[in-house]
Amino acid sequence: MAEFRLPKNSRIRTGKTWPKPEGAKNTRTFRIYRWSPEDGENPRVDTYFVDTDDCGPMILDALIWIKNKVDPTLSFRRSCREGICGSCAMNIGGTNTLACIRGMDEYEGDIAIYPLPHMEVVRDLIPDLTHFYAQHASIMPWLETKTPEPEREWRQSIEDRKKLDGLYECVMCASCSTSCPSYWWNGDRYLGPATLLHAYRWMIDSRDEATGERLDQLEDPFKLYRCHTIMNCTNTCPKGLNPAKAIAEIKKMMVERKL
Amino acid sequence: MQQKHFITEYKKVQGLGTAHDGVGHWWQQRVSAVALVVLTPFFLFPFAHALGAGHAAMQATYASWWNATIAALFVITALWHLRLGLQVVIEDYVHSKPMRTGLLLANTLITTAMTFAAVFSIAKIYFSA
Repeated sequence: MAEFRLPKNSRIRTGKTWPKPEGAKNTRTFRIYRWSPEDGENPRVDTYFVDTDDCGPMILDALIWIKNKVDPTLSFRRSCREGICGSCAMNIGGTNTLACIRGMDEYEGDIAIYPLPHMEVVRDLIPDLTHFYAQHASIMPWLETKTPEPEREWRQSIEDRKKLDGLYECVMCASCSTSCPSYWWNGDRYLGPATLLHAYRWMIDSRDEATGERLDQLEDPFKLYRCHTIMNCTNTCPKGLNPAKAIAEIKKMMVERKL
Repeated sequence: MQQKHFITEYKKVQGLGTAHDGVGHWWQQRVSAVALVVLTPFFLFPFAHALGAGHAAMQATYASWWNATIAALFVITALWHLRLGLQVVIEDYVHSKPMRTGLLLANTLITTAMTFAAVFSIAKIYFSA
């Protein structure tokens, strides 16, 4: 059955409260999930106080501030700090999002930070995304053609290029897939919103010649049809994209080729 | 993380491949839903009218070919829709293979039996009137 309670060794305990920064006038409180594979302990939630006068405005700034000034063992992924690499996806204040494009002022009270839900945790805020990336690789995320390659580029009209808007911007941060209950319960077989959005992005690319094969590959009760359109994916997407609509379009194409 | 069998994540994702199935299920669920929007009021009004008015009134209602046909169509469509819907719930939440297969079979057999019983009952009332 679907698991509605965390397994015994994943139940979260209250952790350490780290000292307040000395002489700080303005602080924000962060409650952050901690887990290490080495000590055999259950996960815990540590409390940190960030001096907001000494720190940048974004959640990621606060995490880096904590790592530099309070606790160097706090682990998280980050890279571009401008919402284009997708590394710092985590659950902030109950919603999956990118830490680098969310300001502390968007949250009231204590700010709770957990890793992306229902994924294996590598350490602290770092989820294991191996399966997620393998799913993405399985949908042939590249231009697939049979026609001999033209001497220069594959050409595309401005109109056809516009169809990729709202799709190509996806940075594969996994916020949407890990917000989806169907992905939680059946993520081993259900491809999830991010991968399906990418599948659709290649299906409607005017230059791609494998639309039929791509549809064939997804025609499956688990790979595609675990989506029941509850739209958590669209609500949570930090880039404002609409994976639920992309999935609905794939379902429409599936019917269209039978009618 | 899970390297016990040295199976790559890509192989796990591939699994047994694509079932090439599911479009029919999805489409039938939508078509039956639309059919039920039309059928439900046509079934409910005469049924509610006869309800509580006694055995004779119920018999008289389903002695009409129109009411009997609508009732049969409603029952067939509703139970078909129920079967499709329950199948999705079972597939979503039941992960043990034997349990899942058992429940899916039970779902099919019970809803089919209910459909036959209901249609036979409606036919019996119609033809004995």
